Amino acid sequence: MSGKRAPHRLAKPDPPWLMRTYAGHSTAQASNELYRANLAQGQTGLSVAFDLPTQTGYDADDPLARGEVGKVGVPIAGLGDMRALLEAIPLQEMNTSMTINATAAWLLALYIVVAEERGIDLALLQGTTQNDILKEFLARGTYAFPPDPSLRLSADMIAYTVEQVPLWNPVNICSYHLQEAGATPVQEIAFAIANATAVLDAVRARVPAELMAAVFGRVSFFVNAGVRFVEEHAKLRAMAVLWEELGRERYGVEDPSLLRLRYGVQVNSLGLTEAQPENNVQRIVLEALAVTLGRNARARAIQLPAWNEALGLPRPWDQQWSLRIQQVLAYETDLLEYPDIFEGSQVMDGLVGELIAGARAEIARVAEQGGAVAAVPYMKAALVESHRARMRRIESGEQVVVGVNRYTETAASPLTGEGASAVLVVDRAHEAAQIEALRRWRADRDGAAVAAALEELARAARSDDNIMPATIAAARAGATTGEWAGTLREVFGSYRAPTGIGGAGVLGASGASVELELLRAAVTRASEHLGRQLKLLVGKPGLDGHSSGAEQIALYARDAGIEVVYEGIRLTPQQIAASALEEGVHVVGLSILSGSHLELVPQVVEALAQAGVQVPLVVGGIIPDADVAELLAGGVAAVYTPKDFELATIVGEIVALVDPGDGTP
Amino acid sequence: MRDRPANGLELAARLRERDLSAAPAVLNLLESADEASRAQAGELQAALSPRILGGEAGGHVIGVTGPPGVGKSTLLGTLVAAWRQAGRTVAVLAVDPSSKRSGGALLGDRLRIAGTGVGGDARFIRSMAARERSGGLAPATRAATQTLAVAFDIVVVETVGVGQSETEIGDLADTVAVVLQPGSGDGLQFLKAGLMEIPDLLVVAKADLGAKAQAALHDARAALRSAGAGDTQALAVSALPPGSGIDELIAALDAHRAALDLTARRLRARRLGALADFISEYGEQGLRALGGRNGAERLLAAQSPDLDGATLVGALTQQAGVGERE
Repeated sequence: MSGKRAPHRLAKPDPPWLMRTYAGHSTAQASNELYRANLAQGQTGLSVAFDLPTQTGYDADDPLARGEVGKVGVPIAGLGDMRALLEAIPLQEMNTSMTINATAAWLLALYIVVAEERGIDLALLQGTTQNDILKEFLARGTYAFPPDPSLRLSADMIAYTVEQVPLWNPVNICSYHLQEAGATPVQEIAFAIANATAVLDAVRARVPAELMAAVFGRVSFFVNAGVRFVEEHAKLRAMAVLWEELGRERYGVEDPSLLRLRYGVQVNSLGLTEAQPENNVQRIVLEALAVTLGRNARARAIQLPAWNEALGLPRPWDQQWSLRIQQVLAYETDLLEYPDIFEGSQVMDGLVGELIAGARAEIARVAEQGGAVAAVPYMKAALVESHRARMRRIESGEQVVVGVNRYTETAASPLTGEGASAVLVVDRAHEAAQIEALRRWRADRDGAAVAAALEELARAARSDDNIMPATIAAARAGATTGEWAGTLREVFGSYRAPTGIGGAGVLGASGASVELELLRAAVTRASEHLGRQLKLLVGKPGLDGHSSGAEQIALYARDAGIEVVYEGIRLTPQQIAASALEEGVHVVGLSILSGSHLELVPQVVEALAQAGVQVPLVVGGIIPDADVAELLAGGVAAVYTPKDFELATIVGEIVALVDPGDGTP
Repeated sequence: MRDRPANGLELAARLRERDLSAAPAVLNLLESADEASRAQAGELQAALSPRILGGEAGGHVIGVTGPPGVGKSTLLGTLVAAWRQAGRTVAVLAVDPSSKRSGGALLGDRLRIAGTGVGGDARFIRSMAARERSGGLAPATRAATQTLAVAFDIVVVETVGVGQSETEIGDLADTVAVVLQPGSGDGLQFLKAGLMEIPDLLVVAKADLGAKAQAALHDARAALRSAGAGDTQALAVSALPPGSGIDELIAALDAHRAALDLTARRLRARRLGALADFISEYGEQGLRALGGRNGAERLLAAQSPDLDGATLVGALTQQAGVGERE
């Protein structure tokens, strides 16, 4: 350290963080083009979004994949797709983040095999596989196997990469999705640390003790930042303290460089609004400040959502706008020229102290229940409860959301005005093309070699061997994503995560609001008119795991006196129709956030008709205006989008829709 | 939308022909509270009485109960799949405790029971909200059980809880299986202390937990012995693949049913069920009009043994002079 330099300046500015854009859609070829264009724009790393079939381990021609292929990300059916995805991208220089969890071992294997084919030393590969399965059970829903074998797959990957691909971040513990599911800052810190502990404990059982410090050093985080950016910054500083403490105390790590909290970030999507969506730009900027302001807790990598996420899928221009926010912050402002600007701040220290104390108590609660795996139902229920509280604050106006519950008047917007399509429309033809390509792939490969590789995979899964060598061999042999996951499903069994709402308390236990009382009276009247208690089926068709909306509707409807059938995520249209018929429901509500509503809703309409169920169908989700009319014309009674944030209004309309009246004209 | 007006006699005929697709409409009718539906529901049940059938309904009514979280639904899912594989038709009535304050309920267990496949017509699953009733059953559960047993090979009633709920489910089922999990001391304490009715079968679920499961099985047998029920069979099962003990459990259920005096158990079920239904409808006041529980039981004992539950409720109602239809 130079004695001449003033303590409030750095000798030389810090290099910027890695700049990424979460991207991928349609096909591997189309996504590759997008990545190359993004890199040309000044993006410095890749962030691969996979489609839901790839994330949950189904091939494009599986019935569960219908309508989801290439929708929220790129479909990767196997080695051929991975080669196309990475075409002409220099893997030895790239830093690639893959949002992949249940099938992370498989996608990493494909990445490794492509690198091998190009003669690249695995020691040069840099990147991240998300591989945080516990938060999938809590918030995101793209799990494939039960918790214990899922955790074993994660541990195997970590044990493998720490020796074979040493620069790789094999696991990225996500607090991001916890906040999206409603977590408070304290819950976000505590549950993320608890989840990381469960993963580390699982790895500890599978690697030599002398490797544990290196393992600890390879665990990174993927966090969220909301618009309360001062507190959000404090949250990251608190996490860093608790992380270091965990490393020292539980895993005996002493090297400071291995104890540092390393995190990437995608800022908050939950708070982005459909109403006056241009306001989301300033929200995103402020959230980016939360993760960059203080040098001691600055993000290593940032990806920002687009201003129009609540409207639908962002277009390249929308994503460019978000990348430009990062570039202005890094290259135009003086942010990177100073040491930590909160050092010695009473406010910051005070906030950090509060959060640490709260998180410690919450971590202890999870530990009491036997750790994060055993505490999944507890954590899930806690998140549902926090989300419910948040919605109540917004409905009551206690929490201001500009353009939504205050300052709602707006001049005509040129961004979303008539004629301007403000979202990306994915060509629906690519699903058929992907299926066709998959069939060609299966026909052209050495079937016997694939069968042998899958047999070896099953053997490894049943044994205590590390899953990676057999997985890499299956990738090389040409197995498909669905075959890899299907083989493991046979060994491990399948699983349905808790919905988290069973134990939720009834609203207004100490006196319900007038609104809720009126609604209960309406439900009672409707039930009398119907002859039996009003019964609602809340269904989530397709592979989309974002269940918060469905959960909140289910809970509010229950509190209003409705009998609600809700069975969580990933239902086929046939399952929904069978439930509607056998349960004798009066109305069906679907929640779809993956953008697959135009494919999935008609399938449900058709399945209901085939089952002879004649009840109204309502749909909620991120549904662009242009699609609403099509859904209504296709037999849907009502459509709800993010701008319909008042649960009382939505449930009230559903009751009115179903109530046949007392028979008097 | 209001249900299509149901015709009780027509539905009864369909059940007698083992037309399983009648099940949703039967449940809709039995759950309806309006006057016309109540009358049709009475017709339905009367048309399926032992007198009309010429004997007891052939289905095996199995009660499955136990504390929350022990894996009942997952176990049931495995059982249902095994039964279906053996070609047996199955109806499951999953009774959920509901929110008494709002009257609403969250029903969400059918998929754990149904598995991922679509069951087709040979498997029927209905969630029922227990609503105001204590004791673990929903208002229409008894009538649903008695009618569905005409058409399905197996009718399962699933309830949650330890303690009171076994009593009601015991009065209703041919065979009652209580499910516990390794380490769940409460259930066994209840059993030992005589707070829990002795089940026909004690099942330790999650037996994949190895030594813990064996220890739990040992505790369960000890508890049964100290409750004076050393003959009651205790089994350890695992519903996780590859699964274990499922075939043995099915065999034990079948053996219990085969050894049962079905006529006596069903008669008791109909009479106790009618009394419970009457009390939930007319309360203690209605019961007093019958001379209390003893009076009601005497009246029921005097009825012909081959009457259906609805007719028995009708007899109680008429005697008490409380029915609206009189």
